[in-house]
Amino acid sequence: MEREKMHRLLRDMMLSRVFEERAAEEYQKGNIVGFLHLYPGEEAVAAGVINAAGPSDYIVSTYREHAHALVRGVPPRAVMAELFGRATGMSGGMGGSMHMFDRERRFMGGYAIVGETYPIAIGIGYAVALRALPESVICFFGDGAVNQGTFHESLNMAALWRLPVLFVCENNHYAIGTDIHRHSAVPEVYKRAAAYNIAAEKVDGMDVLKVYDATRHALERIRRAGGPQFLEFETYRHRGHSMADPGAYRPPVEVKAYQVIDPLTIGAREIEFRYPTPAELAAVGPDNIARLTEHMISVGHLEAEEVAQIRKEVEAVVEDAVQFSLASPQPTMDDAWRHLNCNRRHEQLLQAQEVL
Amino acid sequence: MTQELLYWQALNRALDVEMAADESVFVLGEDVGLYGGSYRVTEGLYARYGEARVRDTPISENSFTGLGVGAAMVGMRPVVEIMTINFAMLALDSIVNGAAKIPFMSGGQFPMPLVIRVPGGVARQLAAQHAQRLESMFMNVPGLRVAVPSTPQDAYWQLRQAIASDEPVVLLEHEVLYFTKGPVDTMAEPPPMHQAAIRRAGKDLTLIGYSRTALQAQEAAAELARDRIDAEVIDLRSLNPIDWKTLSDSVNKTHRALVIEEDCRHAGAGAEIAASLAERCFFALDAPVERVAGLDMPTPYNGALEAASIPRVADIVAAARALLGPREKAAA
Repeated sequence: MEREKMHRLLRDMMLSRVFEERAAEEYQKGNIVGFLHLYPGEEAVAAGVINAAGPSDYIVSTYREHAHALVRGVPPRAVMAELFGRATGMSGGMGGSMHMFDRERRFMGGYAIVGETYPIAIGIGYAVALRALPESVICFFGDGAVNQGTFHESLNMAALWRLPVLFVCENNHYAIGTDIHRHSAVPEVYKRAAAYNIAAEKVDGMDVLKVYDATRHALERIRRAGGPQFLEFETYRHRGHSMADPGAYRPPVEVKAYQVIDPLTIGAREIEFRYPTPAELAAVGPDNIARLTEHMISVGHLEAEEVAQIRKEVEAVVEDAVQFSLASPQPTMDDAWRHLNCNRRHEQLLQAQEVL
Repeated sequence: MTQELLYWQALNRALDVEMAADESVFVLGEDVGLYGGSYRVTEGLYARYGEARVRDTPISENSFTGLGVGAAMVGMRPVVEIMTINFAMLALDSIVNGAAKIPFMSGGQFPMPLVIRVPGGVARQLAAQHAQRLESMFMNVPGLRVAVPSTPQDAYWQLRQAIASDEPVVLLEHEVLYFTKGPVDTMAEPPPMHQAAIRRAGKDLTLIGYSRTALQAQEAAAELARDRIDAEVIDLRSLNPIDWKTLSDSVNKTHRALVIEEDCRHAGAGAEIAASLAERCFFALDAPVERVAGLDMPTPYNGALEAASIPRVADIVAAARALLGPREKAAA
């Protein structure tokens, strides 16, 4: 992979990490309220998958979707402002953390009901197929969502009608607090796709290059053959399920294993920067950002000092997003009514008479 | 051009016209294609428009309704048929959390030109799981439109309007109305989708019905007329929004109102109408707004009990007389 693309992946991952850590801080300050599900640990999936997609592909995401939006190119200001509930947010402050939409970038929403992304995705896929367009739909969901009925209903229809949908399982091993071995009789999620004759692959979701390649190939197969594809990415979230969940149900050794000595943290200390040795990495398990920086350094695409520079740059972007959000106006009740009735602008018949 | 059509034929005609005019219209549901639809509403469309636009689905209500939601987000105009309203329970997530909320929670970025057609109501001894109404549930969902045609003409108009609308519309079709006949003028300009119709002008009291009960209200009015009681009959045609202007104009004239609903009385459509009319017309009312409604019980299988569990014309006549009682005595 060329240097530029790798840098793009690294920056996306670091932006996502820094954005989320800042979101947690703003949550503690009370600037963000409600449910807040953070992404640190899983950045390789968003960065790899979405960078492999084209601008005409659609993204359907879950309630843990801030990083998906950022990687898709939504301005961090608009993402942060939505978390702050401001009028300048992606969804005008009507959706919040779990309901981010960007029509222009074909970011088709974050959905807060587990298992709700599949029907939406196959519906978009159905429209694409009817119009015979060379577009695909990327449908994100977690491992906990594969036990919803819609998973089976929708995979069946996607396969039956050869819909251009890429099903992407972000398997972080937990349905909120329930370990996958305690929630799924078949914990190898990708195997379930075989029941619907959908080609499926399990990929190391901590390795962004593998994620990127697997996605690119899957999208190529969709464009070539027309039918759906299925990818399972094994990943891990450093934090609990949401801000309301300390994640205490996970064995500390497991959490530690995934929180490898993080080059981001070390980079912030600047002078003390030292990249972990392969032996250290192997001892504690992979952090996705550490993995990428190690690789990039080894192939000569990155200087160790650059990590701190990138971090500084994305920190400035996130700081700007926070300041923008703080300065942004609150939406008014008039805005809310306008959004509710947005569809009536085309509906002459209902406008013809006062409704109340 | 006016023709006599059965209710299902009027719906079929509306679908045909819209599908011919706009390639983004497609229908999907269980047995809508090859089989022609459980109530024949999609008959002939499969042959005319092909299986991609008349899609037989697996028995997966939540996902195929959600498929309609996703397709509508990108500009298609799906018409989802849920075989009966009883199965709509399985699709409530797609209807309530999806169709009704996406336009709003996206900050107005996504229109939702989705139609969900659902046969329902108490038919003939189909028992509790196949004989019910959910209109009060749908009425309680902001962002959702609920249309309740009672005549072939309205079925034709309102389905066409629903397809043309960029809002999600639930079209509730009563199962016993599918084989009722009536004139359908396909050229006339329709009234707005939510506008109530005054089926019979009168001055003594207002009978308010919708779907099947609008027809029963007209029968009751005919019977009351024999006793020189002059009832005004309003067919709501839409439960969300409700045409309050037509209702309050009528009540301000008659001073008495009786709502007839087949759905259970408790927290039903009638409760909303009675409360709103009390707020709007309190000083014009000579009596509380009354309701004739379905009993608060699951529909019994037994034929006699089933019939007694929903409003009958005789019940409406009796309730109307009771509502007018003191006045009648005064007149006598």
